[in-house]
Formats: sequence, structure tokens, C-alpha cells
Amino acid sequence: MNIVVCLKQVPGTTEVKIDPRTNTLIRQGIENIINPFDTYAIEEGVRIKEKDGGKVTVITMGPSQAEAALREAISLGADEAVLLSDRAFAGADTWATAFTLSCAVKKLDKYDLIICGRQTIDGDTGQVGPELAEMLDIPFVAYVSQVEEVKDGCLRVRRMIEEGHEVIETTLPAVITVAKEINVPRLPSLRGIMKSKSAAVQTWGISELGADESTVGLSGSSTQVIKIFFPRRVHQAEMLEGPLEKQVDTLIDRLKNAGLC
Amino acid sequence: MDYFLDEQQKTIKALARRIAEERILPVRAELDEKEEFPWDIVKELAAADMFRVFVPEEYDGLNGGCLELCLVVEELSRVCSGVAVTYAASALGCMTLMEYGTDEQKQKYLPDIASGRKLSAFAITEPTAGSDAANIKTTAEKVEGGYLLNGTKQFITNGGEAEIYTVIALTDKTKGARGASAIIVEKDTPGFTFGKKEKKLGIRTSATRELVFKNCLVPEENLLGKPGLGFIQAMRLFDRSRPGIGAQGVGLAQGALEAATDYARERVQFKQPLITMPVIQNMLADMAIQVEAARALVYAAARHVDSGARNVTEESAMAKVFASDAAMKVTVDAVQICGGSGYMRDYPVEKMMRDAKILQIYEGTNQILRNAIAVNLRKRKARTA
Repeated sequence: MNIVVCLKQVPGTTEVKIDPRTNTLIRQGIENIINPFDTYAIEEGVRIKEKDGGKVTVITMGPSQAEAALREAISLGADEAVLLSDRAFAGADTWATAFTLSCAVKKLDKYDLIICGRQTIDGDTGQVGPELAEMLDIPFVAYVSQVEEVKDGCLRVRRMIEEGHEVIETTLPAVITVAKEINVPRLPSLRGIMKSKSAAVQTWGISELGADESTVGLSGSSTQVIKIFFPRRVHQAEMLEGPLEKQVDTLIDRLKNAGLC
Repeated sequence: MDYFLDEQQKTIKALARRIAEERILPVRAELDEKEEFPWDIVKELAAADMFRVFVPEEYDGLNGGCLELCLVVEELSRVCSGVAVTYAASALGCMTLMEYGTDEQKQKYLPDIASGRKLSAFAITEPTAGSDAANIKTTAEKVEGGYLLNGTKQFITNGGEAEIYTVIALTDKTKGARGASAIIVEKDTPGFTFGKKEKKLGIRTSATRELVFKNCLVPEENLLGKPGLGFIQAMRLFDRSRPGIGAQGVGLAQGALEAATDYARERVQFKQPLITMPVIQNMLADMAIQVEAARALVYAAARHVDSGARNVTEESAMAKVFASDAAMKVTVDAVQICGGSGYMRDYPVEKMMRDAKILQIYEGTNQILRNAIAVNLRKRKARTA
């Protein structure tokens, strides 16, 4: 079983600042973490490997410091790691990111199951997983909350839907994105951390992937961020105070004045 | 303060802290309340390789020494001293084996202790032998096929939960302490049962139990080192384990200091946060001084032990006494700063205060250890006079 887990390094805070000139995140001075949703993907990949054998390869696209995220994944049980890093990859939207990842996955010897987190906490689009499946032309299941069985080139999973769950069977290879309900990610072990420090991390750039520059990074992106801004605050809350009866009277007055009752 | 820890030591400390904060903190009040043995946490510690820290590499360990053990114990104690002692007791239970055991004995037991599959425990205390540890009565009579154990051990940490016990018993009762030997006894050996499980003031998640031996036959190959050396082995063991109790004090006091500081920042009286009041500031500063001084002494004593120094009795006793007294004082003051709330079980500091008391009692009461330090002072003076 060859399992591939795609992950992203994201800022470990929700208080990010935006560079007003480039409309990108200011990453300086912010600690980076593995996208929390991706930690469930790593854990699930490692659990399947521990049960059925095989190996887990983690892939990320990002600047050189994203190597730290891959090493952390190794400390959690991943076996091999590939960093996709090249100036040409910069500025990629989800489409160009998925394309670059798909090139890397194709370059691997063999892949049976690709696991991604359901979305990132910085971009929040949830698009890369399904786009990757599309580009590899293989089946895709989103919001997986349980992997029931992996057997004979088939995968049976449970996916979350609004009012319950669906059980889906698919052939392999396939891409799944996982929800946080799927497991409780383990903490690293000391041996894992020590192994991760000396483990080899391969770096692939555009030449290793054999991709055309026009298909990756900013030039391969069909969308571009023009502006990032905080929405203007148009709603205001007013807290009514005083005795309850008076509050109710005031509320009715306000609703009447607003023509709502 | 920078204690010049190496990369591996920093890694060990950071991971122990993460386990404490992410896995122990959410359940510590419940563990204390229910007095339940923390098996889930033990499994987490095992999965993270924490039990490998104190075991040599050739037996699946990570080759750490006294300092590495202290770092883990400190971080666990910062959140729950009851979990920390459970962990540390497994180290205590196999230290005699590591020092005096044959390769065969170590191969048999250490890998399982290192992986955390099995806990170990050390048993010397008896109803008649507390501070007067030489006054043990449990016998291990040499018979055909091994040693026949009879007697009762008291207040044994990890009793009933551990699989591997190092027991100090008299192989020659005519010689008293000089007839004592260290023997490994496995849990399900016929004639070995467990007595009363104690209900304690603090460290309530840890198991403290009687071990009862009635004609319990243990194979001869379970003897550690030479017969008759058991008491000396035990005293040497405590010389090396006491910095660990000091580390428990450091962690506990650190946790209490942090809790009291947080409270003092938030609690407003007379229209100002407590932390802006000089009387509270002075208390917090004194607490911080105690914690840092205790940490410095414990790390220094642990490094002294790891240096291979022959005699470490004084240094390790000093570290244990100072850090446990500091923990008691700091936790009492933490409750005082938190006031009425601090006295309530909804806040963590009353538990810390209860947990601290045992540190002044076990592995040599602080009075006995002060005696030992004073005896050494006298001896040195006598030699130079």
C-alpha cells in the first residue's frame, strides 16, 4: 500500500497580517505549523500503513522552510518526504498548486491512496484535494470520517453529509479528504523525532517535475488575488439593560420603529 | 535561565511538556478525584518513548541519565505530580537491575520496561522499616530451586499495577541489614499478592499498595548482584534517584507559581489586579526565586550523578530537601494568593499543595537527609582536624 499525504505549512495563528502591497500573508515572525486538518490526514495514512503495511510519503509545496513540516510528519510516522520548492511555484492558486502536486504524485513509483486534509486554515478553499483527483483522473471522496476497509484495490469509507453519513466504495488509486472526526492524531515519539532530524527530504523543482513554467505558480494560476480587506462593519449590536420587563418594552418599540412588527 | 541543555535534552523536555499539557491537563482533576490509576496516560508516555529515556541503548532505551529523567519528571509534575511519580517509580524499580543486573537479567526485563509495556516498582519500606530502613523483616530464605519470600512491604508506589518488582529482603536474617539482598519478583508469581490500596492526601492517581509474600518461590537467577549487598544497593539507588524527587518539586512549584501568577493578573480587588499590589508581588517574587534556585540545584546534582562521581549522597540529598521544601512553601503560598478560590477544588493549586507534602517524606524524609548531610560535614571536619 503506497499512501501519499499532501500537506501544507500554515501560520500557527489566526492573527495574520496582510502585506498591503502584494496582498499576501506577512509570514515574518510567525511560527509555522502543519495545517491542523492535514494532521488528521497524516495520522490516517500512518494508521492504514500500521495495519496493512506499505509506506507513507508526504508531499508539500512551499518555500524551503516547509521542510520542517515534512520532518514533523516523519516524526509522526511518515516514511518518505518530498518538498516541492522552486521560485517558479510561487504565487500559485489552488489550480496551479493541485497541478504541481499532481506532477509530483505521477513522478512517484506507485500510489494507491492519496489523503489530504479537508481544507487549510489559511486559504480555507478545500479545492486542492478534488482538483488533484481531477488532474490524476482518479476517484475522489470528500469529508471522510472513517476508513472502513482497504482491500483488493478497493476502499470503503464513510463520509460526512449534512444529515448523517454515506458509505462509499471506490477503486484505488483514489483521493480522499478527511474531516477531523476521523481520528485523534498522535503526538510524536522521541525516536520519531530523532529519526526525523536525520531523515532525507528530497527537493523537487520545476526541472525535476518536467513541467512547463506557464503551468505552475502565478503564471499557471487562473485566479489571482486582487485585494484582501476586512469587511466593513455594517451590523451593530446593542445590549439592552435594566429590568427584564423594561427590556422587552424597549425591544418591541425598536422592532416597531424598524417596521418589523 | 539557560541551563545549557543539549539538543536531545531539549527535545525530551519539550515533548514531555506537550504530553503534560495536551493529554494530562484535561484529565488531572478527574484522576485526582477518582483516585484512578492513569493507564491511558501511561500508554501515551510509552508511545512517546518516555520510558526509554532512562534505559541504556542496548536494551531499547535512549541512554539518558539522571538529568534526562529529571527533565521528564519536572515537566510531568508541572501538570500532575501523581502521574510524574508513577512514571518515576518505574525508573526507580529498574535502576538496581540496570546497575547490578547481569546482561541476561537486563535482556529479560529492560526492553519491556523501556517500551512501557510493563511498569516496574521498588520495594524496601515495611511497617517497621520507614526511616529505619535497615529494620526490614521480609525474608528470602535460600531453598532448593531459589528463594522463598515471606513478609509484607508497605506503601509501594506502582504496587499492583507494575509487573516487575525489585524487592529488598533478608537472605540471612542473622546479619540484619548486612543479610539483605535485592531480588526481582514478577507480578503473577504464586504466593505474591497485593494488600490494601492506600487512600492518600495527594498524588492520588498514583497507586500505593502493600505487597504480601507468603511462601513465594522466586528462582535463584532473580537475585541482583551478590547476596548481602541489598541494603547498600538500595542506599546507592536512592543517592541516584533523589534528584528525581527534587525534579518533582521543581515542576510542582513551577506549576503553582504559574497558576498563582495567572490568578493574580486576573483577580481584581480594590479596583486593581492583585499582581499590581506590592504584597502579592513580593510573594510571587519569593516563589519565583525558590523555583529557580531549586531547579539550578536539581540540575546540578543530576549532572553530578551523571558525571559518574563515586559519592553523591550529599548533593542529591541537598537537591531533594531544598526542592521539596521549596515545593511545599510555594504551593502553600499559591493557595494563599488564590484565596478562597484557591482552597476550592475547581482551582488546581489546592491539589498541588496536597501533592507537595509527600515530597518531604518519601525517598528519605527531609530530616533523615539533613542528618546524612550533617554526618558528612562532621566526617570531613574530623578528617582534616
